[in-house]
Amino acid sequence: MSVASVAQHSMRHLSDKAITRLRSGAEAPDLNGTRYRLIGEVGRGGMGVVYAAEDEILQRRVALKVLNASRFEGGLANRLLREARVLARLEHPGIVPVHEVGTLADGRVFYTMKFVEGKRLDQYIESVDSTPDRLRIFLRICDAVAFAHTRGVLHRDLKPANVMVGPFGEVLVMDWGLAKILADAIRDEPDRRDDSIPSLPADGDDSNSWGTGHGRVMGTPGYMSPEQASGEIELLDARADIFSLGALLRYLLTEHLPAGSPSRRDRSLDAICAKACATGREQRYSAVQDLAADVSRYLDGLAVSAHSESIFDKLARFYRKYRFFIWLIAAYLLMRVLLIVVVKH
Amino acid sequence: MNKILLGLLIGAALGAVDGCTAWFYPEVRAQLAGIIVGSTIKGLIAGVAAGIFARKVNSIPLGIMFGLAVGFVLAFLVAYMQHDHYIAIILPGSIVGLIVGYATQKYGAAPATAR
Repeated sequence: MSVASVAQHSMRHLSDKAITRLRSGAEAPDLNGTRYRLIGEVGRGGMGVVYAAEDEILQRRVALKVLNASRFEGGLANRLLREARVLARLEHPGIVPVHEVGTLADGRVFYTMKFVEGKRLDQYIESVDSTPDRLRIFLRICDAVAFAHTRGVLHRDLKPANVMVGPFGEVLVMDWGLAKILADAIRDEPDRRDDSIPSLPADGDDSNSWGTGHGRVMGTPGYMSPEQASGEIELLDARADIFSLGALLRYLLTEHLPAGSPSRRDRSLDAICAKACATGREQRYSAVQDLAADVSRYLDGLAVSAHSESIFDKLARFYRKYRFFIWLIAAYLLMRVLLIVVVKH
Repeated sequence: MNKILLGLLIGAALGAVDGCTAWFYPEVRAQLAGIIVGSTIKGLIAGVAAGIFARKVNSIPLGIMFGLAVGFVLAFLVAYMQHDHYIAIILPGSIVGLIVGYATQKYGAAPATAR
């Protein structure tokens, strides 16, 4: 048997697993010349791959996001750089902090960020049975998104897979690769410009090649607002993210319920979801803070702005809020009646 | 509503209800008005005491125990002065204390902190 035929015979018997391993080995970033040592792959998306790496100077684990080798092209490199810059302007406990941006020896752009050890929201809520606990997680997501909006950044891809919950319950909004920079935010920051660093262009600006322009549909079906799904980029504002948050809230209230548990839906929560996910953006909450305030009011047993209550709804809410106290008073009165009966006999 | 005011209102209301039940005992029916007033004041004192305690200590179990103790002591004093109806006075009086102890801890608003 010739050498060529032996090689051909061996090639035929390479398993899919082996091929995947070979491919990932070939795609693994060459970190020579950087301060990082590769540990392993942790995730893969459409644009890039996230690896766990060790910062050898600070001796800490970081997450390193690098462009997928097969999609190594200028436009995507700019997108990754843009994502890093978006993250850099969002310093908030609910948003993963970026540490460094750079270029690998092979020319691929990378950035490093905090390594988040935790679970994705869709996995984490399997262990969270209580509705108030789920709503408190939702409020922390709202907090991070509201902060981003104040900095002129729309996430545009909010979904359970893009939220991580850390081991201490910290909630982090991830994957800002589709983020949109609002033009107003760019105009508001003239003093932060540096001629040596290209500024962040606003999406919808024809002069940039980084953005996600008109007609291009990017996002996740089911979590995308109608205007985003139809590619009307210039119409996108905070209410597009509010739509996604409404879909996320609905997910938190309906998915991974413990077996035999009653439905978590009630009229107030349904009304909040419906208002956040209204087809017409004028009917939605105008700001994330308003959505969060309604959820907080629900948690406090108060009326929510999205739902006009009937007298029965008000009584039901009063009962839910003071249930234990009402039963305590009822038990006291029953005891008083029984005491009278016993003393009389 | 602040804890002291809440304790005062609930204590007074439950104390009044407690006093009204004296109507079912014909031997004391003649003093019904005095019993209602006395019982209301007793509930009111227990409520205010529980409210003050709730402002100092933030704990539902301790609030319940404190309310129970105050209610018991006040009701015992009333029963001791009458030398009669110990159970009919002490048991409801103690439970009124327990309820205001719980309510002030659970529903009373903490005072605003100075900035």
